[in-house]
Amino acid sequence: MAFLLSFLGAVWKAPTGRFSLVLLALFLVAAILGPLVAPHDPMLRNYGPDHKLLRLAGPSWDHWLGTTLMGRDIASQMLHGARPALLVGGLTAFGTVAIGMNIGLVAGYFGGRTDDVLMRITDMFLGLPFLPFIIIVLSLTGRSLTTIVVAMTLVMWRSTARVIRAQVLSLREMPFVAAARITGASDLAIVYREIAPNVLPLALVNAAFALAWAIITEASIGFLGFGDPNSITWGSILYDAYASQTMYRAPWWVVPPGIAIMVLVSAVYFVGRAYEEVLNPRLRGI
Amino acid sequence: MTAYVLRRLAYMAITLFAMITLMFFMFRLLPGDPTATVISPALDEGAREAMRRRFGLDQPLLTQYLAYLRNLTVLDFGLSFRTSAPAWEMIELRLVNTLLLILPSMIAAYAIGAFGGALIAWHRGGKAEASVVLFATAMQSAPLFWLSMLAILVFSILLGWFPTGHIVTPGRFPGPSWRMYLTADFLHHLALPFLVNTLYQLCFPLLLMRSTMLSTIGEDYVELARMKGLTERRVLYGHAMRNSLLPLATTLPMILGWAVAGSVVIETVFSWPGLGLLMIEAISGSDYPVVQGAFLLIAVLTILGTFVADLLYGLLDPRITYR
Repeated sequence: MAFLLSFLGAVWKAPTGRFSLVLLALFLVAAILGPLVAPHDPMLRNYGPDHKLLRLAGPSWDHWLGTTLMGRDIASQMLHGARPALLVGGLTAFGTVAIGMNIGLVAGYFGGRTDDVLMRITDMFLGLPFLPFIIIVLSLTGRSLTTIVVAMTLVMWRSTARVIRAQVLSLREMPFVAAARITGASDLAIVYREIAPNVLPLALVNAAFALAWAIITEASIGFLGFGDPNSITWGSILYDAYASQTMYRAPWWVVPPGIAIMVLVSAVYFVGRAYEEVLNPRLRGI
Repeated sequence: MTAYVLRRLAYMAITLFAMITLMFFMFRLLPGDPTATVISPALDEGAREAMRRRFGLDQPLLTQYLAYLRNLTVLDFGLSFRTSAPAWEMIELRLVNTLLLILPSMIAAYAIGAFGGALIAWHRGGKAEASVVLFATAMQSAPLFWLSMLAILVFSILLGWFPTGHIVTPGRFPGPSWRMYLTADFLHHLALPFLVNTLYQLCFPLLLMRSTMLSTIGEDYVELARMKGLTERRVLYGHAMRNSLLPLATTLPMILGWAVAGSVVIETVFSWPGLGLLMIEAISGSDYPVVQGAFLLIAVLTILGTFVADLLYGLLDPRITYR
């Protein structure tokens, strides 16, 4: 908790960091309250006063962002899409860092044969083509938010593991590790009590980048038609627009989901970078 | 050096072997009978049984696996469940299309990104730097498929400058041929996906180059180069930028992976008949031999890329010794 506060405090110091945190908070509110405050049922086909289906209606007071080919309210769909984006992104980032950090810690600290085996496995995962692998896994296991998280985590932990391992390799030679060893601390205690807290900041930066990448990937999965059929996501809105072949007549259908993804992911990147600059002041270019 | 290359080659072979095995068992052990999608369940059991025999699906799993490995050594990926044509023939045709779209665009992206990033870091602290960083971050944060959709919307539909998709005007060529790639029609179709992909992919090298340069500029050797009286140009390109290229080179394998992932997306939006689109189509049709073949080929490209980048890294940095 204290660590989280220090993280937020560090990011808050930079103007871009502050702005991005506010944006992230807004998205978080949308994710929590979105489905409750959405003006319409996102799957409801809306009819106009003349009882005709509101196909591709432009933005209006009733439908802020217009309607889809099926007469569905786009603003409501957008509000429903915030939750899966943050949920899938957040869980994947957590899984990625949890696995990557542990593998990196163990491989880096113990070295030798352990390191060799773990790094060979990591290399094998590095050879897996990212999106194609996820799509194959999804087509074999079925499409749901859970399987998407698992499939993405499976191919994302690998880079975190490598980064953390490299850091641990230099940390393990530090005097404080030798000091801990002299006091009789076990290997496990050294890894998790002494070294882990020192790689946590780096892990956090990695988590931010994993979150950004997971949100984009989740949208791409939805766009390719492999998303969870039971939830409305920004990717699936764009998939519907693309599949309808009428999106070019309705920019209000195509533009908002992309803008939402772009702003959310940019905010995540800026938070990650602001924190990185606190860790490494040279990046500020002073 | 030779020992190092040999060891990397051995690792590469092991990785590939593990991946082939993983793929084979993933497809066979998971539920779903491939014959059910090819032959309607309404058809009689005899036809289905004949089909299973024809594709060797009635053999024990281990026999299937060994046969699969044996066939792979001669690039035999089996017959497509859909067309009954050899899967490799279908894949081979698509590989060229993917490479023609992705390779030139990645090279352009890295070249522009490296120089652009070095330049904005050199002229740091101004409005120009801030806006380039903001723009590049925003681009990098947008999904590639969405940028492609917007590009089609603006440049193909509204302005009419480019075709909306496909590799050549449909119906213009009876079948794929080498002559097709030498026409203006092909270049016209290539232009928009090429531009979108380049613009998108150059953001990462640009931002990375900038941050590496920012820490390089403070180094002693840059100061020394300046004190020697070298021109700013020489200091920038000959000393600061040259030393900042290293971290960029290490990201190449990762970026290659992204480029492949990106190709799946961009080929879908632009109906570009490459490997990625083939894979998506084959998955929708449960055409496993084609899916496996396309996936393995993409994986081989990724692994080869990693290998080349590893060697390149050593060449670029004389401080690295091969063990």
